[in-house]
Parts: sequence; structure tokens; C-alpha cells
Amino acid sequence: MTTRIDTRFAELKQEGRAAFVAFVTAGDPDFETSLSILKGLPGTGTDIIEIGMPFTDPMAEGPPIQASYLRALEAGQTMHKTLDLVRQFRAGDDTTPIVLMGYYNPVYHYGVEKFLSDAKTAGVDGFIVVDLPAEEDEEMCLPALEAGLNFIRLATPTTDEHRLPAVLKNTSGFVYYVSVKGITGAAAANTTDVSAAVARIKAETDLPVAVGFGIKTPQNVAAIAAHADGAVVGSAIVDCVKDNLDEAGRPTAELVPHVLEFVKSLADGVRSTR
Amino acid sequence: MPERQQELNSYRTGPDENGHFGIFGGRFVAETLMPLILDLEQNYKSAQQDPAFYAELDDLAKHYTGRPSPLYFAERLTEHCGGAKIYFKRDELNHTGSHKINNCLGQIQLARRMGKTRIIAETGAGQHGVATATVAARFGLPCIVYMGAKDIERQAPNVFRMKLLGAEVVPVTSGAGTLKDAMNEALRDWVTNVDETFYIIGTAAGPHPYPQLVRDFQSVIGRETKEQMQEREGRLPDSLVACIGGGSNAIGLFHPFLDDKSVDIIGVEAGGHGLETGEHSASLAGGAPGVLHGNRTYLLQDDDGQIEEGHSISAGLDYPGIGPEHAWLKETGRVQYVNATDKQALDAFQLCTKLEGIIPALEPSHALAYVLKIAPDLPSDHLMVMNMCGRGDKDVFSVAEHLGVKLT
Repeated sequence: MTTRIDTRFAELKQEGRAAFVAFVTAGDPDFETSLSILKGLPGTGTDIIEIGMPFTDPMAEGPPIQASYLRALEAGQTMHKTLDLVRQFRAGDDTTPIVLMGYYNPVYHYGVEKFLSDAKTAGVDGFIVVDLPAEEDEEMCLPALEAGLNFIRLATPTTDEHRLPAVLKNTSGFVYYVSVKGITGAAAANTTDVSAAVARIKAETDLPVAVGFGIKTPQNVAAIAAHADGAVVGSAIVDCVKDNLDEAGRPTAELVPHVLEFVKSLADGVRSTR
Repeated sequence: MPERQQELNSYRTGPDENGHFGIFGGRFVAETLMPLILDLEQNYKSAQQDPAFYAELDDLAKHYTGRPSPLYFAERLTEHCGGAKIYFKRDELNHTGSHKINNCLGQIQLARRMGKTRIIAETGAGQHGVATATVAARFGLPCIVYMGAKDIERQAPNVFRMKLLGAEVVPVTSGAGTLKDAMNEALRDWVTNVDETFYIIGTAAGPHPYPQLVRDFQSVIGRETKEQMQEREGRLPDSLVACIGGGSNAIGLFHPFLDDKSVDIIGVEAGGHGLETGEHSASLAGGAPGVLHGNRTYLLQDDDGQIEEGHSISAGLDYPGIGPEHAWLKETGRVQYVNATDKQALDAFQLCTKLEGIIPALEPSHALAYVLKIAPDLPSDHLMVMNMCGRGDKDVFSVAEHLGVKLT
């Protein structure tokens, strides 16, 4: 099977540059505004879009993404609306890969089989589910592969060489290297360490390796892009959403252009390195 | 799955090697933590083969905790009910005032064995926080306790106690600021400080091997009860009753009796304002299977799979989940799960204090409320054991408030 993710990484290999991956939360700060952001992302130079599925108890997220999940839930976001968001985005863009990222409970509650089938129809290409390690592959990873969708596994600084093959085994699309021990929005990782870790993973797999956690600025993006196949920014983007809300928490008129402008500055980072 | 009941030769063999009790349990954690919980599992297996580990634990249980805790015949309460013969397993007499110390001593011994130098914990009512801070002080390890900001307000004495013991109490304001959020925050700390930190989980929940660890360390309650009842009455009890938040005191009492088919086993969840109001913490009665905090179990959640806040008069019971082994025991039908409301617990609290001169914590007051409900209709030779898993000193302020009494 070839997904939009595979195709995109193959194109970027031709171009000789890393992917810029932008994370936004579905429905943050509300459905319409987040749809406008999504529709604008491909124009900023974003190569892959990660959409966060809001959850009340995101145990690996730092304060920025926790807050953005709560904003979205507060505004009435649900799993069905998240798929609807993808559907509406897909109506105007059939090439930008979309990865849904989140936690297992809302998917489990929706019903895994039904969710996979609805997500595929909506135009989703892959999933990252933080609390499904390799030991729980039967839950969603294997059914997703069966359904022709990518299941992107996280590798971390604690994933040692004994464990790495098990982590890589059923991974597809790309490998997401979590560059720090910690939660999203943490301090940036040391580039030398990241470079060594990416090399270690690439020695074991032909899949592209994208790096996330702690990447906040165009400079961070450029530094990571020099050593990996992709750089992911999340917390800094959702913080930009937050910074463009008025006192009552409503989006200001500048929110969408400001966010897209900021994302463009980040995306330029992957184009400045090689 | 009622057919499962016939197939089972034993209810005491779980979990399987992947940490499952039936479909419940498992290891639903971020990859960063996965190597750590595998390491913990290996270390626990090796400790289980080490007589020195248990010798030290038994010594601490005897001389530090004050075990065995008595099995007490509640004579006046029995008279009051006019039915079953009611016994209390008095784990409220333990050092630190609850059963929580049993587990904390076991886990800190594992932490020391693994060379960990920093202890973290979550707490709701503060009982587990106090017990963790206590063992950390005893072994000279720094201790950080995550506690919901709301719980810090309603459990001021325990917060001060933890601080006296040298622990740092970190208020958690994320989410709703209660026990589940404290657990999220402890997990976030653990993900960040993986090398030196040991996370002492307070209840029989979390990723495998925690539910098993906690159960094993708490099972001393049931083993002693069995022996003590044999001594006093020459036979097994007819029924066991315990309150359930996450379920650690209950599984500790129940587990050694699970294969004694003649023993009726009853877990009492917190009914809050009543199940029909939606404001309760009865995950089994009012929740559905889901995945949170590393395990699959019954959870209070909405139609979208978002976790809902539990409510209970007792801060120790308002957790939206329950240990996975309880979820499995419910599905197999081996244990009967019921609930008691805030009001019933408050009434039982007062009655027990007046009739027995024992001030129970609000948590076991729920179990007691159910005992009061069923004991009158049982014959006088029916032997019932209720787990008095905590003392009520910590609750006198909040009880006063509920009764409209102003303390200066």
C-alpha cells in the first residue's frame, strides 16, 4: 500500500530536504477557525499535517497542548467533528497527508473498526496514538495496517537497542522520534544527541524519521531538519492560537493570518538547511 | 460473559504475562515509560524469589506499621443491627492511619532495590500521599506528591502532615484539579525524570505490573483476616465488605478469599448524590470500559470517550476509574459491586463513632453504610467482615462542615 505520507516523503527525498510537520488541535479554538487554519496550512509550506484529537487526560502533553485540548472540548469538539474537519479539508486538498494524533480512549469508545473505516473515508492517512506502545499492537496498530492506513510509532530516548526492533516492527509511514525525555512543549533537545539517535534508528529501518518535542522556532526547525527527515512543531503553534484569542477566549480577526504567518516562518526552516 | 464463571478453576491466577485480567489491565503507556515498567516487572519478579526481600518487609510490617491489625468484633453495632455478626478488620490502626502504608513499604523497598533515588506519588484524600511521604522519610529519599488543588483545600491536615514529613506537595490545577489530574501530572513527571525516579502508585490500577504489585502488597489484609477468623470462629467468614475508589483496600481483603466459594464478596462504590444524579464515583455501576492511566478498566466517561469527573464526599473515592482486577471480577460475577451515597456514608460515620468509639474515615464509611443496610436481615451466625481501612481524623473538618458545625 502507498499512502499520501509515503508519496510525500518520496517527493521530498527527490527534493533533498526534510518535511515540515505542523500539529494543530482539531476544533481549537472552535470548529470553523480550526478549519480555516487547516485549509491555510498547505500554503505555508507545511508538508504533513498532524491533527490532535482532543482528550481530557493527555498524559504526555505539556500545558500548551493540554490547554488547547480543553479549549476545543469546551467549544464542543468531538471525534465525529474531528473526522468532519478532515472531510472538509480533503474536499479542497487531496495530497497533503493527514495524521491524527491523540490518545486511545476516545478511539476505543468510538469503536476501533468503525473509527478506522470512517477515518479512511474522511481522508486520514495515519495515526499516532501516544498510549499504544508496541505491546498493545493488536488494539489498533494491526487493524490500521489491515485497513491500509499508517500507524506511526514513537521512539524515545529510553527506547534502547534491544527494544528498537520491536518498536519499528509494525511501524509504517514514518518513525516519530521523541527527542526529549519528557512532555510536549519541553525544553529543546541537544542537536548532537538527536543526530546520533536518528542515525541509530535509520540503521534499523528504511522509514523516514521525523523528530518532535521541544522544537519551537525556525532555528530549531532548521537545526533538526539538517539531521532528520522531518521536524514537528506543535506546542508553539497552539500557543500562537492562544495568543490570538480575546479576553473572553474568542478568536480575534488576526488569529488565522497570525498563525499561518508563524507556521510559514517555521516551514521556511526546513528549506534553509540543505 | 457469564460462561466464563464455569470455566474458571481459580480466580487468583491473574494477571497473565501481558498484565491482563480478562480484557482488562494491560500496558497503555507512552513509549518513554514502557522500558521502565518492563524493568519494574523484572525487578518485582526477582524480588519475589528473594526471601530477604520479604523478611525485611515482614519486619517493617510488624515493627513500623504495627501489623497484624486486629480483627475486632463490633459488638454494639451488631446489637444495633440485630442480624449478622459484624467484624472490623482494623487497618485504620496502622501507622499513618490507613491501609496505604502496606503498599508504600513494599514499593519503596522495590525502589531501593532498583537503585532509584527520587520518589513521586499522586494523592486524592492525602492518605496515600502521607504514607508515601512517611516511607520516603524513613528511608531518606526525596519525595514529591502531586495533589489536586481542590483536594489540597479539603484535606488541609494531610497536606501539612506531608510537608512535616519533608515531602514537596505540588498543587495540580490542570484539568479539574482532583485525583485523576494528580495522576496525569505524576505520569508527566515520571516521563520527564525517568532515570532516577520511582513512581509509587497508590491504588491497584495503572499499567501492569502496578495492579498486581499493589494487590500483592495489600493482600496481607486478607491473609491475616483468614487466619484471625479461623482463630476466633474456627471457620471462614460468610461475607466480606470493602469500599472501592481505585480498589486497593478491597482487593487486599478479597484476593485471598476469591477461591473460597462460600464467601460472599461485596465491593461498595461511592454513590455520591445518587447514581441517578450523575454525580457519583461508581465507575462499575455508571461507567463503561475504556483506557486511562495505563490500563483498560471501567471509566466514567461521556459519549465521546472523554473522562468525566467523579463526585464523592470522600476525596479518596472520587476517581473516575477502578482497578482492572475489580473490572474483571465484576464481569465474572465473583464479586458483587454495589454503592452507598454521601448521605448514607455520613450517617454510618456518625453511628460508628457513637456506638463503637471508632471514628472511621469517610471511605470505609461507605462500606459500613452497606453493612448497616444488609446486616439486619442476615442470621446471627452470619460472619461479616468489613475492612476499616482508614481512620477519620483527617475527615473531622469536612464532616463538621457537612453537618453545619463551625470549628474555630
